[in-house]
Amino acid sequence: MKGKNAAIMKEGLWTNNPIFVQVLGICSTLAVTNNVRNTLIMALGVTFATAFGSLTLSAIKNLIPRKVRMIVQVLVLSFYVILVDIVLRAYAPAISKQLGPYVGLIITNCILMGRAEAYAAANKPWPSFVDGVANGLGYGAVLTAIAVAREFLGFGSVLGLRLVGDWFTPWTIMIMAPSAFFLVALALWGSKSLGARAEAKKKAAKAAAGAPAPAAKS
Amino acid sequence: MPEAPLVSPLVLFFASILTSNILLSNFLGTCSFIAISKDWKSSFGLGLAVTFVIGLCAGICWAVLYLVVIPLGIEYLSFVIFIIVIAAVVQVLEMVIDRFSPSLYMSLGIFLPLITVNCAVLGAVLFMQIRKYDFIQSIAFGFGSGAGWWLAIMLLAAIRKRIENNPVPAGLKGTGITLITIGFMAMAFIGFSGMIAVQ
Repeated sequence: MKGKNAAIMKEGLWTNNPIFVQVLGICSTLAVTNNVRNTLIMALGVTFATAFGSLTLSAIKNLIPRKVRMIVQVLVLSFYVILVDIVLRAYAPAISKQLGPYVGLIITNCILMGRAEAYAAANKPWPSFVDGVANGLGYGAVLTAIAVAREFLGFGSVLGLRLVGDWFTPWTIMIMAPSAFFLVALALWGSKSLGARAEAKKKAAKAAAGAPAPAAKS
Repeated sequence: MPEAPLVSPLVLFFASILTSNILLSNFLGTCSFIAISKDWKSSFGLGLAVTFVIGLCAGICWAVLYLVVIPLGIEYLSFVIFIIVIAAVVQVLEMVIDRFSPSLYMSLGIFLPLITVNCAVLGAVLFMQIRKYDFIQSIAFGFGSGAGWWLAIMLLAAIRKRIENNPVPAGLKGTGITLITIGFMAMAFIGFSGMIAVQ
């Protein structure tokens, strides 16, 4: 059982990462990636909503008539998003204000519906929960990396801590919208190239096993 | 009723198309944007449908918000209520189009259900709520945002058609180069920000 959960985790975090492979859900969170703290909070919110949404939907999947499946999914997911919103408003009003409409927009984040539809609809509650956590974290990890790059280059700080001296000229473009698109594209490029290299290595290893061993370095 | 910001609806309309484009500066609706922009014709259909739905939803959600939700004091349910309104508008629009213009239905039909979960619609409605627009402003903002999304997807679809046959690094093929293109478009749209500035 443990091994299976680990496999699901790895799937969500790397092999089937929601951003790299599925290119899902970048809409609602990309907007806050010019600030690491806000990004972490959004990523946690998405993870929470995806995990518990998948858990609930998987538990009640036999009770939902097929015809109204979509709307039931949206309602269940928005219930969890409302929880996130209320908690943020109560305990971190300043952050809630900065995030503005983007917390509510977690509802339409494609990852939530995507996991509900692709995984929770056909699996038991517990694995669905793990799958939700894994996808949320995989998504959060990529966005946090992007946020670190943007905040560092745009303000010279990470999590509000100034890391460089006054000589540093902030790259204003990094706090504006276009840089987020560029960085996601770069991240995608990197992950695809790594994936391709791993694949090539595997193929080479297979070929090497069949063919005579390659000559030692001359 | 709260104090609405002082901005003429017409200015708001053009500002939401150009300077604060809902896709290029607020990242809303990116998923379907990337998926559909492969094809010029579908982009046209989806853009048209999105424009209609955002415009209608902004108006209807405004009415629901200020005539029902706030008087009843159930603001904490507003996300759910907005989602239901959007789903209902999409459903009704689908039936109306089917009844009155089967040819339009044929071209728009498959896109309509997709719109329910398009973040641009919910996003525009939430912006409308947070910025406290009045009724006319909400409608101008809604149609403007939709038109801005439409313009962006048409431009991207046209650009992607040109990119198709160009030598792109293997790892960037498809989504990667599309994202970079969107980034350049967003940079170009920043150029408009000197013309009309509106929050």
